[in-house]
Amino acid sequence: MSKSRLLVLLMLSLSLAFAAGCGDDEDESSDSGAETQNVSLEEDCTPDQLDTFEADTLTIATDDPAFPPYFEDNDPTNGEGFESAVAYAVAAELGFEEDQVEWVVEPFNRSYAPGPKEYDFDVNQISITQKRAEAVDFSSPYYEAKQAVVALKDSSAADAASLAEVADAEIGVQIGTTSLDAVEANIQPETDAQVFDTSNDVVSALKNGQVEAVIVDVPTAFFLTAVQVPEAEIVGQFAGPEGDEFGALLEKDSSLTPCVSAAIDSLRESGELAEIEEEWLSAAQDAPILE
Amino acid sequence: MAERGSGRPDPGVAADAQWARDRRAEREAARRHRARRGQAVAALSTVLVLGTLTALIVTSPGWDDVQEAFFNPDDFVDIFPDVLSAFWLDIRIFMVVEVVVLVLGLMVAIARMAKAPALFPVRILAVVYTDVFRGVPTILLIFLVGFGIPALDLSGLPTEPIILGGIALALSYGAYVAEVYRAGLRSIHPGQREAALSVGLTEGQALRHVVLPQAVRRVGPPLLNDFIALQKDVALISILGVAGEAFRVAQIEAQTNFNYTPLLAAALLYLCITIPLARVLDWWDSPERAR
Repeated sequence: MSKSRLLVLLMLSLSLAFAAGCGDDEDESSDSGAETQNVSLEEDCTPDQLDTFEADTLTIATDDPAFPPYFEDNDPTNGEGFESAVAYAVAAELGFEEDQVEWVVEPFNRSYAPGPKEYDFDVNQISITQKRAEAVDFSSPYYEAKQAVVALKDSSAADAASLAEVADAEIGVQIGTTSLDAVEANIQPETDAQVFDTSNDVVSALKNGQVEAVIVDVPTAFFLTAVQVPEAEIVGQFAGPEGDEFGALLEKDSSLTPCVSAAIDSLRESGELAEIEEEWLSAAQDAPILE
Repeated sequence: MAERGSGRPDPGVAADAQWARDRRAEREAARRHRARRGQAVAALSTVLVLGTLTALIVTSPGWDDVQEAFFNPDDFVDIFPDVLSAFWLDIRIFMVVEVVVLVLGLMVAIARMAKAPALFPVRILAVVYTDVFRGVPTILLIFLVGFGIPALDLSGLPTEPIILGGIALALSYGAYVAEVYRAGLRSIHPGQREAALSVGLTEGQALRHVVLPQAVRRVGPPLLNDFIALQKDVALISILGVAGEAFRVAQIEAQTNFNYTPLLAAALLYLCITIPLARVLDWWDSPERAR
């Protein structure tokens, strides 16, 4: 390629970069966090008024596999497990029958991709943060999860009485979870935590002894120690840095967000949300608190 | 002719020379003109093609969202230093694995070309190795080595994810590189070996001093090509939870903030290595290179 042609190309790419830079002038200040607007469940949130992905159907997404205690038997349609039960309760609040609820698979990685979403909302233990709310909408939170330290029974971390005593353990944690933030903010381990793609990989690493302790949310910790890795035990629980509130994820500026939030708020006020939590996550209350 | 040369200048000859000079000047002017026009056409068509493409992308309805999700300048500036310092680990992994791959590949290639009947099992092993490890997806190999070896629970085997990941990469690329070496060895005319034997070299000496030097020189470009691929694939070992690896650092940030820009920062760093390598490859392959 001759020098002059190189120059032309260089100028072109510069002008491209400039054109690209121009695009982000009008950056609407996005509302952050979970939002609740004044909508009336009875008047504004009925199946004929909601602009759902498919008419007269509420399309709900979660990841596959979907783990207990949030889902049971990897089958979101059975209404069993905390998030499945919450999803059906929200659907009922919005006036959808059980057979009007359709489930689709949405991997966590894809849930925040730009562009239209092919479902109405996603329940997948997704923590609400302000930064995330710039890319997607969140409903009102339906659960506040504490973080748990799970350690192999024969490791030194198993005897820890405080978070500081966990800091010298090899820690494993799943990517994209607030557990990871909690590790950095609350534990500050001496060697960097090993960060895995899926909760299955975290479990494998713990089983293999590649890590001595893992940080997961409390309900997951109970399932993990009861079923997946019996050689491990829950050392204790603690509150993560930003609180860890799970919310339903919706497309950015979705017209459904206020209604889903209103449905969750109504479930909380009526005590139904607490009942669902009691049914599926009751064991989670018992872990000792770590400071 | 002799008459002309010895006498005063012949007016006819002088006119001929003048005419030839004029013609040459004309030809050169025409050539310059064509070249200038060629450049103008090239510049115009480049502007048109790239301009249309850019316009098409930038004016698409979802461009603002895509730009926000993938090309967010604030996120880029935030994360780039972290990814950059993590990238040093990638480079070190790459260099160590590359050396192992070069040695392993060469050994396998020689084993596969061994002719002695007693070495038949070695030959079979080499064939099976290249077939299997080239045929298996690298990501599966990384899982298998990374989670499988520690699960064997044998003492003395490594459990560090970075070492296990390196072993998996070396096994995978060793198979590719063995085939590259083998192609090089086969391309050397049998006469070279026979000539070496006839002047009294042993089989081993013939390989070491005559065949190998020529073969390796010949397969330099394809070897470099595999370097480039390996350099990118170092990112794959992040699935084992390797702490502080550049792509993992970027992924963590992407999934925490629901924004893909950090991945772009990592990609840029990979390009900083692969593009210069590609130019080296071009230079190596170019016919002008002095032999």
